Amino acid sequence: MAQASYPEDLLYHPEHDWARIDESDPEHATLGITWYAQDALGEVVFFDPPAVGTALTKDASYAEVESVKAVSDVVAPLSGTIVEANEALADNPAMINEDPYGEGWLVKVRLSDPSEREALLDAASYKGTLAG
Amino acid sequence: MSSTAPSLLRRTPLYECHVAAGAKLVDFAGWEMPIQYEGVLEEHMAVRETCGIFDVSHMGQIETSGADALALLQRLLSNDVAKIAPGGGGGGGGGAQYSVLCREDGGVLDDLFTYRLDSDRYLTVTNASNHVRDLAWFAAHALELPDVQVEDRIEDWAMLAVQGPLAREMVQAISDSPLPVRMTAETRRLAGRETLVCGSGYTGEDGVELLCAPEDAPALWDDIVRRGAVPAGLGARDTLRLEACFHLYGNDLSVERGPIEAGLGWCCKEDTGFIGSEAVREARLSEPAQRLVAFAIDGPGIARQGNPIVGGGEVTSGTYSPCLRTGIGLAYVPSQSAEVGTELEVDVRGKMRPAVVKDKPLYRKGS
Repeated sequence: MAQASYPEDLLYHPEHDWARIDESDPEHATLGITWYAQDALGEVVFFDPPAVGTALTKDASYAEVESVKAVSDVVAPLSGTIVEANEALADNPAMINEDPYGEGWLVKVRLSDPSEREALLDAASYKGTLAG
Repeated sequence: MSSTAPSLLRRTPLYECHVAAGAKLVDFAGWEMPIQYEGVLEEHMAVRETCGIFDVSHMGQIETSGADALALLQRLLSNDVAKIAPGGGGGGGGGAQYSVLCREDGGVLDDLFTYRLDSDRYLTVTNASNHVRDLAWFAAHALELPDVQVEDRIEDWAMLAVQGPLAREMVQAISDSPLPVRMTAETRRLAGRETLVCGSGYTGEDGVELLCAPEDAPALWDDIVRRGAVPAGLGARDTLRLEACFHLYGNDLSVERGPIEAGLGWCCKEDTGFIGSEAVREARLSEPAQRLVAFAIDGPGIARQGNPIVGGGEVTSGTYSPCLRTGIGLAYVPSQSAEVGTELEVDVRGKMRPAVVKDKPLYRKGS
């Protein structure tokens, strides 16, 4: 994805992660990294999908994405337990660059405290943090 | 790092070309340099398959001249400088040679290419981060000889590396006469601009390095890009040199390490009596505790600089190899683990990744 994009229907963490929560299922969220994060990182060449059952703590690292140049921690925007990891990324990590909000999703989690979402940013506020 | 005021960073004469080409610029040894343009993988493959062009104007140049120029360089550089041939034809120039600069104890101060410009005139290219220290070292030792001048030429030269299987063809097309062969340097007119063309590079591909006047550099860059060379940044330069197993000062070389353990004994000729030659001779006769080896990760994972080797040793350079599609690197390991085929374990941020000691270079044309 060549152009910056921050979909309105997502929630954002200032460490450049997004969460998608379907209102019909507020106990679960899909997580990934933002356009800004993948652009700063460059071409992702390695992602080791974390194991199902791994516990996530809001604001703590739960996985790593690696570009040619460097490794970066992925920070959990919400707390919970991984119920599914995007195994397709093990063979095709470049999907994180090409489609960061779609095929490039990282994990799906069962949330341990759905109220934590109140602390996340909407698209406009997140974009505001990037402007500085 | 990102908070560094841009005004504090030095810019090369090609800065505007980088901005126009959409480069991502970073602070590298005090210079604002392109780390990448379109992407490291694409730029890397362009150099392997067609041609890439790099701005390496941040590298320094020291010119040594006078009747004692050879004597000074022989004292400073580890290789046999007397073996650098003078130029055959007109227009000046001559051979090129790689060497290290050592302290008395054999610790490596820098690794350098030296070009013979004339019978008693040489140009030595330094690493940006070491240039000031190298220059002081050259100048201090020049005082020991009656007829030698050492000059800082960093402001006088811009430097471009044009590398890849099509590199020579592209540069030849704008040259007034045939390009110098590998490991020689001669002056040519490229599209009318006087340029020192060197048959050298640091990517493991054929190609040339071009030294020209700073004011000529942007037009020269544009000319070669127009002929199809892909602008390539320091990111690709690092993956390319690592596949070719070329050392990077500050990673694989330092004053704490000698040339023998670094695998650079081939460019040390102790009989010339260079500073550090006694220590190097001693190291060559006794097995060093550690040796620098090339390795490839067996399976997933990418080792990085500083990752420990289980059982002793440390990764000094680590990256993802675009050609081999796996993690690769250079590491100092105990000498008994340095044999090709030895299985290693690298502690990559707490995950033990199996790796194998490989032949150098890690990537060779047609492999």
